[in-house]
Amino acid sequence: MKWELVVGLEVHAQLLTDTKIFCGCSTSFGAPPNTHVCPVCLGLPGALPVLNRKVVDFAIKVGLATNCTVARMSRFARKNYFYPDLPKGYQISQFELPILEHGYLGVLDDGGAPKDIGITRIHMEEDAGKLVHPETPGADYSHVDLNRACVPLLEIVSEPDIRSTGEALQYVKKLREILVYLGVCDGNMNEGSMRIDANISVRPEGQEEFGTRAEIKNVNSFKSLEQAIIYEQNRQIDLIEDGGKVVQETRLFDADRGITLGMRSKEEAHDYRYFPDPDLLPLVIEDEWVEAARDTLPELPDAKRSRFRSQYSLPDHDADLLCQSIDMADFFEEIVTLHDDPKAASNWIMGYVLRDMSKDELHSVKDAPITPSHIAGMLDLIKAGVISSKIAKDVFDAMWATGKEAKVIVEEKGLTQISDTSEIEGIVDEVLAANPDEVAGYRGGKTKLMGFFVGQVMKASRGKANPGLVNQLLKSKLEG
Amino acid sequence: MKISKEEVEHVASLARLEFSPAEIETFASQLSSILEYVEKLGELDLAGVEPTAHVHEIVNAFRDDVVTPGLTNEEALMNAPYPEDGCYRVAKVIEGE
Repeated sequence: MKWELVVGLEVHAQLLTDTKIFCGCSTSFGAPPNTHVCPVCLGLPGALPVLNRKVVDFAIKVGLATNCTVARMSRFARKNYFYPDLPKGYQISQFELPILEHGYLGVLDDGGAPKDIGITRIHMEEDAGKLVHPETPGADYSHVDLNRACVPLLEIVSEPDIRSTGEALQYVKKLREILVYLGVCDGNMNEGSMRIDANISVRPEGQEEFGTRAEIKNVNSFKSLEQAIIYEQNRQIDLIEDGGKVVQETRLFDADRGITLGMRSKEEAHDYRYFPDPDLLPLVIEDEWVEAARDTLPELPDAKRSRFRSQYSLPDHDADLLCQSIDMADFFEEIVTLHDDPKAASNWIMGYVLRDMSKDELHSVKDAPITPSHIAGMLDLIKAGVISSKIAKDVFDAMWATGKEAKVIVEEKGLTQISDTSEIEGIVDEVLAANPDEVAGYRGGKTKLMGFFVGQVMKASRGKANPGLVNQLLKSKLEG
Repeated sequence: MKISKEEVEHVASLARLEFSPAEIETFASQLSSILEYVEKLGELDLAGVEPTAHVHEIVNAFRDDVVTPGLTNEEALMNAPYPEDGCYRVAKVIEGE
């Protein structure tokens, strides 16, 4: 039997606010345990939550960028369950009346045809604390750190529209890119700034109704997402084909082993007894607020890519890579403003800037030791014939290492290309005199030796001889 | 609306509460009569009345995204029975297998 995969994703994105969603505690990462806490996020009796306006601002922007409807009125609800990382015994979330609904993101299906992945809803909620399990063997206790409790999250829930790992990956990558473009989330999956739960089921191809789904938690990288979907799909198909039944349950993804495991601990946990949180007022968002947020939206990734293709005549691959972050796209455009050769700028970024950024583990090109003016200055020198493209590679390395402008490096190192005919002629004569056998060979018909002579001249000039002139002079001397 | 003994037991277990059979009987009957009383609202004609989102008429209370001082680690752990390494120590929690 042929099986069809059905996947819906819940993405939790941690928002880049300075403070928590309902109190003024800092959200900064890496502080000593339980030092960014107050009566509100510790759930002490009598403490009252007050909503951080910026969380709403961020949510509205995300909604606009994902084609959602912004609810005029939304409200917060309590999701009740007991867990040691949840001090109040409930999580403040949204249930009925979430802030955003009915959005979508476009992807390509496995056949390359465009399709939309629906976004059911996006709501605001608070994160839980962190449980630390001591390394000590046999330790029968855990530690609770509540610095992360009450940090703002957006939960972005997709429709079960995803039919392949390819679609799932594109959807999450697009979502991540949009969140990072908007500056509302750092998108760092390793540090848990984006966490994914995947609802996975299978059904016989052609069947209308969905199969029973399992919810896979703890999927925290693109690789894990792909592995978890494939593993779970196969597990369910094998189970059904062997006469078994898929049970609706929560399973944990084990990234080390690439498998999903059933969880025993939360038998009754799915009865959350949501009810409206009486401590928080309803949230009303007037059109003016939405329009003000719309005015601050940056050009979004898809629009930017298409503009890069048309305005700069760049191939898809270039536009795609350059637009993976706003910083890189801006970096590129600044180079082009200073030196109008988009393809050259793109080549240097893709070939060298990205290489060195990954070597130095830089997340943003803003942290690179060079600026657009460095690259533009180097391109100016190439165009003016002061340096060859070959020498430019050394200049680039030196710029990256020292932060000095191309012009300065060329002067300091004496890298200026030799375009003085008499100087090159001298070198050519020396090379010819030193290699009489090859000269005879060439004149006897072995014209392939031209490459050898060019190499020798370039070597003798330490790469500085203008290659065009070298070729021209060699040819006239050997054949003339 | 009648609340069964099983429903009381279910909600009690979600709330980690333990009751004697006699208490469960009592709560089942008390909760039932409370809900029956509230059901009186069903007698009203509420067509065209917006659901109440909150008992107050006011909406929208915000704070600005500005850090304010909280508690020190010592203060935060002051009432914890087993503070350790700056953390609350709790019974072991494991997920998975």
